[in-house]
Amino acid sequence: MTIAFPKPDQAVLARRREIIEGLGRLVASEALIVSEDERRAFETDGLTAYRQMPLAVVLPSTTEEVSAVMRFCHENGVKVVPRGAGTSLCGGAIPQEDAIVLGVAKMNRVIDVSFEGRTARVQAGITNLGISQAVANEGFFYAPDPSSQLACTIAGNIAMNSGGAHCLKYGVTTNNLLGVTLVMLDGTVVEIGGEHLDAAGYDILGLVCGSEGQLGVVTEAVVRILRAAEGARPALFGFERVEDAGACVAAIIGAGIIPVALEYMDKPAIQICEAFAHAGYPLDVEAMLIVEVEGSDQEIDDMLRRIVAIAEPFRPKTMKVSQSEAESAAIWKGRKSAFGATGRVADYICMDGTIPTGQLPYVLNRIDEIVKSYGLGVANVFHAGDGNLHPLVMFNTNVPGEMEKAEKAGEDILRLCVEVGGCLTGEHGVGIEKRDLMTHQFNPVDLEQQMRVRGVFDPRWLLNPAKVFPLEGRFAA
Amino acid sequence: MTTHTPRDEQDASIIIRDAADKGTLLNVAGNGTKAPMGRPNQTDASISSAALSGITLYEPAELVISARSGTPVPEVMRVLAAKGQELPFELMDYRWLLGTKGEPTIGAVAAMNISGPRRIMAGAARDSLIGVRFVNGRGEVVKSGGRVMKNVTGLDLVKLMAGSWGTLGFLTEVTFKVLPKQERMATLVIRDLDDRQAIEALSQALGSPFDVTGAAHIPARNRSGGSTLIRLEGFRVSVDYRMNELKRLLKRFRFMDILEGVGAEALWQSVRDATLLTDQGNRAIWRISTAPTKGTDLVAQVAQSLDAQWFYDWGGGLVWISTPVEGDAGASVLREATRSYGGHATLVRAPAEVRSTLDVFEPQTDALMTLTRGIKASFDPAGILNPGRMYAGV
Repeated sequence: MTIAFPKPDQAVLARRREIIEGLGRLVASEALIVSEDERRAFETDGLTAYRQMPLAVVLPSTTEEVSAVMRFCHENGVKVVPRGAGTSLCGGAIPQEDAIVLGVAKMNRVIDVSFEGRTARVQAGITNLGISQAVANEGFFYAPDPSSQLACTIAGNIAMNSGGAHCLKYGVTTNNLLGVTLVMLDGTVVEIGGEHLDAAGYDILGLVCGSEGQLGVVTEAVVRILRAAEGARPALFGFERVEDAGACVAAIIGAGIIPVALEYMDKPAIQICEAFAHAGYPLDVEAMLIVEVEGSDQEIDDMLRRIVAIAEPFRPKTMKVSQSEAESAAIWKGRKSAFGATGRVADYICMDGTIPTGQLPYVLNRIDEIVKSYGLGVANVFHAGDGNLHPLVMFNTNVPGEMEKAEKAGEDILRLCVEVGGCLTGEHGVGIEKRDLMTHQFNPVDLEQQMRVRGVFDPRWLLNPAKVFPLEGRFAA
Repeated sequence: MTTHTPRDEQDASIIIRDAADKGTLLNVAGNGTKAPMGRPNQTDASISSAALSGITLYEPAELVISARSGTPVPEVMRVLAAKGQELPFELMDYRWLLGTKGEPTIGAVAAMNISGPRRIMAGAARDSLIGVRFVNGRGEVVKSGGRVMKNVTGLDLVKLMAGSWGTLGFLTEVTFKVLPKQERMATLVIRDLDDRQAIEALSQALGSPFDVTGAAHIPARNRSGGSTLIRLEGFRVSVDYRMNELKRLLKRFRFMDILEGVGAEALWQSVRDATLLTDQGNRAIWRISTAPTKGTDLVAQVAQSLDAQWFYDWGGGLVWISTPVEGDAGASVLREATRSYGGHATLVRAPAEVRSTLDVFEPQTDALMTLTRGIKASFDPAGILNPGRMYAGV
């Protein structure tokens, strides 16, 4: 528990009753949550070690209500913590005592789908998977697929610029987003982008995407929808050495092949996931790759033949091409349940750095050393095509001090990612978790430029203010 | 007029800091191949990236390349091609349209968010741009993003720099994600469709699982019939398969050919560079991005009151239109059309006297303009970098 929150504003806490009355005039009574019991459901997100009870929770149903609530908070100097489904792994949606939570989860309708234009306009509280389900009848889908896609909202995806296992081919949220309705803190509703490609003027859409709820609240979004491939099939490759797996990835890409997914798991991750999913993972290898290709059977066969030929010189101990839908599903179940399966055997924190892929063997060895030096264990899953690493640092909450050790090990790992030319976070966001590490990636001038831009949208630091930027050295304009 | 050609970032920082102190307005440039675009602006001096040249990092296995901003685009392409790779977004070459000479720079590719026909599949420059270094209007050296393609650390200033036309900062280094060059390209050409039929065919192809990487329609003109182009790229086996499927899908259209090789490449280049519109003398040329389903209606409305020539890219979502250069070069008609149908129109080519009297870029709503001005001030408080190039007062 090493991450600090700013001291709550006592003046705001003292006005709690008045603030709640004010909010009550703006939204229906069922949209305003004030009792302690009900507020407790909102006190944390996916970073459950940290909890803060919000002043109140508001769950509006329309853009107009969001605008009214924001204007009220602006006029009354009340902080706002925007929230989608609360699945953030970096504490992006964790409240503050002197802030209200503004949740968009009730706004979950599909507004309009154009299959001809390949776009969907949705309310921002719809789940990621909900969009794909709404367009699946015509064989379409929404491409970015974070592991939490069943629960997470598109609002949260936009806030974090979420990725997923298939972004090597399809890109991340920012590459699939065409427009948003953004409610500014003063209540102004701004339409950015639309059903067309590329913005007029500055790419404010690109700036909003990944801004972690610090610039405004997104209430509607226009996303690209794509026709799904005819089929997809994964193959498993097990290697005796980490270096061989890394070199195999480089060779596949060097041969001009961009698989739709290219996932790496190390030995502990393989064992944990296999025990949970019974996916047929090889238990006697140090590293495993899941390589998935898409297309017709004919295209898939051709592509997998090429990939197998490329992999052979690296002496894979296991090579297994999925033979059925059920096998494919099991292979993915294992990988996608990596976090949940790890949670069955230990407490863990999930890190999310990105590294240049050529640094993989070095970084994995160093991660092992770092974690061992704290007396802990680690399982690594990794989007190998794009260098996005997810070390799961395991610990036991019941052993005093272990969680702090895990946090320290995690910080060392992220510093390592930056040292080798990578970054602190590839897809989870900074939130509170990586806030105090930002100075390792950015110098004061870099951060000041970001804060100046932030100040254009929220000069008083009322929007999700405990996040992203170190608490020291903040300024607005 | 003085032209500064800084040899490194520190040099650029000193020049810009000095300009900010003195209120010297700077024209931000590369090699000037896109100089006749945007709003003509009055500046006191010029700062060029011409001397900031060279590739600083290239890791083919990591699909990443970094280059100093003044590196000529052909050099970047050559280095990538040697490893069988390319910039994914098929960047347009503006020289033919604008009649300029010299080599475009990689910095301008980022600064103008350039793209081409493959935009529909692979995104624009902004989608491949993963890192920038630049000097802001205070003379400070700032970095954003980096060399890894998945990176959500902090505000994405990379996106803001893409398409900001040098008004927010002087780029010194850019880093792009790259992709393997495809083994084979084949184009299905459907003849003699009118605009609506053509966009319908393109929508159907783009809504298929066959990964279309180019979807354009060139309407009938003079004695030549219309051509509707659908492009596939990839490994040979895959392109063969998908082309057969595509033909089956579109079998109700009778006149179909398959085009490959040099002729097909030249055709796509003429779509990419909009040279299809340059044989008509000195007319104004506009580029309109709209919903693919709205392109034909938008054009129909425009053609009612303007002597216009046009073609479509991006499955109908990108319309290139030439208009008579007289008066407002068709601006009021086109802007009425973008207001009705959504999207935005940019005046790409017109004489300076025309560009100085009207909005070259789509006018923004008050709310967006307020943000635009605020963002400009947050990078360049003295307003010295390319002032007015995009919008008056920005």
